[in-house]
Amino acid sequence: MKDLGPVEALDNKMVRVIDGVHLRAYPGQVTALLGPNGAGKTTTLACAQGLMPPNGGTVRLLGENPYQAGAALRSRVGVMLQEGGLPQAIRPLALLQHVAGMYQNPRSVDELAERLGIQGFANTPIRRLSGGEKQRVALAAALVGDPEVLFLDEPSAGLDPQSRAVVFDLIQELRAEGLGIILTTHLMDDAQRLADYVFIIDAGRTVVHGTVAELTAATDESAGVERMLTFDAPPGLSLDLPKPFTAVENVPGRYTVAGQLTPGVLAALAAEWAAHNVMPASIHMAPRSLEDVFLDISGKDLR
Amino acid sequence: MSAPATLIRRIALQGRYETMGMLRNGEQLLIAIVLPLLALIGLTVTPLLDTYTDDRIAMAAPGVLALCTVSTALTGQGIATGFDRRYGVLRFLSTTPLGQSGLILGKIIAVLAIMVIQVVVVGGTALLFLGWQPALGGLLPAAAQLVLGAAAFTSLGLLIAGTVRPEATLAITNLLWVLLAAAGGILFPVASWPDVFEPAAHLLPSTALGDALRSALIDAQFNLTASIVLLVWTVVASLAAIRWFKWS
Repeated sequence: MKDLGPVEALDNKMVRVIDGVHLRAYPGQVTALLGPNGAGKTTTLACAQGLMPPNGGTVRLLGENPYQAGAALRSRVGVMLQEGGLPQAIRPLALLQHVAGMYQNPRSVDELAERLGIQGFANTPIRRLSGGEKQRVALAAALVGDPEVLFLDEPSAGLDPQSRAVVFDLIQELRAEGLGIILTTHLMDDAQRLADYVFIIDAGRTVVHGTVAELTAATDESAGVERMLTFDAPPGLSLDLPKPFTAVENVPGRYTVAGQLTPGVLAALAAEWAAHNVMPASIHMAPRSLEDVFLDISGKDLR
Repeated sequence: MSAPATLIRRIALQGRYETMGMLRNGEQLLIAIVLPLLALIGLTVTPLLDTYTDDRIAMAAPGVLALCTVSTALTGQGIATGFDRRYGVLRFLSTTPLGQSGLILGKIIAVLAIMVIQVVVVGGTALLFLGWQPALGGLLPAAAQLVLGAAAFTSLGLLIAGTVRPEATLAITNLLWVLLAAAGGILFPVASWPDVFEPAAHLLPSTALGDALRSALIDAQFNLTASIVLLVWTVVASLAAIRWFKWS
């Protein structure tokens, strides 16, 4: 592993699950576990949270074994489960106040509720809330104890765009306050926007890890940013591009050109379109994304 | 640094929370208060118990208190725990300072709190309106055996809730309530069972609790055999629950 951040944090905050999954998370950072559904993200978190013992290997949370750890350790860790883990009959504020009572110095329930927009449905029983509303209550419940470590299992699931922005802002603010945040997501976009460090998990193993910049950077250190250009045009075109570029037709009528694209390459591509008398129906260009990284690693034929 | 509230406070809070949860739930109230009250009145105004006694209320009241225990500990706590398990509430709360042990202790407090209410309501109704005169010397043994019965039936309720789907828990615990009430030695002594089965019937926790309370509140006697049966059920069901209870 490389560039794991401040050394003094090493024994302070280390989550390490061995059984194909190796990972560490640090204070003041958002660590993302990224992978498709069923990759083993939630199980990894369950081991890290102490909800289940690993079959082998070591897990350390704030330097302790989290499985059946004492209340002192649990009070320093906030957990938001994938399905929320909320009782259904109670109202959001009553639940948050109940959970707050488990801590000596909880965060203010009113402030949290205000911040996450819970006041608007404070008097509706949890079972009648929408998925996004439940998600915000679950996040508040994870935060009410003022934790040092925060586990978020799929925090953006079910959120509408506005709630998502509110939740993402809060996560970034908490990171700035120094919380160590570990989140799972199957959305590349979430990881790209939030994470300082990403572990890509597939089929129960960490397959690659690094900062978003490292993962999406060109493999050649000296090179510039890799980009991917996608365009839609009639199928079956044979385009002659300067080496080493090629237009790959992944599905009939959809072509991609990837690599360190330059204006010269784009000009050559446009010239080829002109030569074939083709006007693409759409053109899209973006830096290499985590999604591309994931596809590269997990094998395009699999997904 | 974040710190947990004291153990006592956490457990007391959870106990209050679980108690309020049960009291706010209409079905729970029905099975914990309303149906036992109806049973008490029914057994007093009809001749159902006349084959066993000439003092209907003396035999009805201990049986209904035993039935209350089954309502709260087995059916009530079983169903509540089963659905909390389904929704991940058990997992979530066990990540808070409350923890798994605090969760269980909170449930025990809730069961005992509801049973205090039941004893007040059912016992009060029997005393004030139905002319019940319990044997005073049996009050302490009865209280002890109610607690023992609560332990046995809570363990059974948690065992069921922790091993099968909540819908199945709902069906099983409700069905058990009906079967035990009708023929499980709770409201009626098992003397009415066929002779071949009667010894086996005494091994049921429901018969044991019913017999224990009748011995105490009618004859002021401590029913040792029934207490041992309840104790064995408590130990076995607790061990089984610890072994097989799934938190998720």
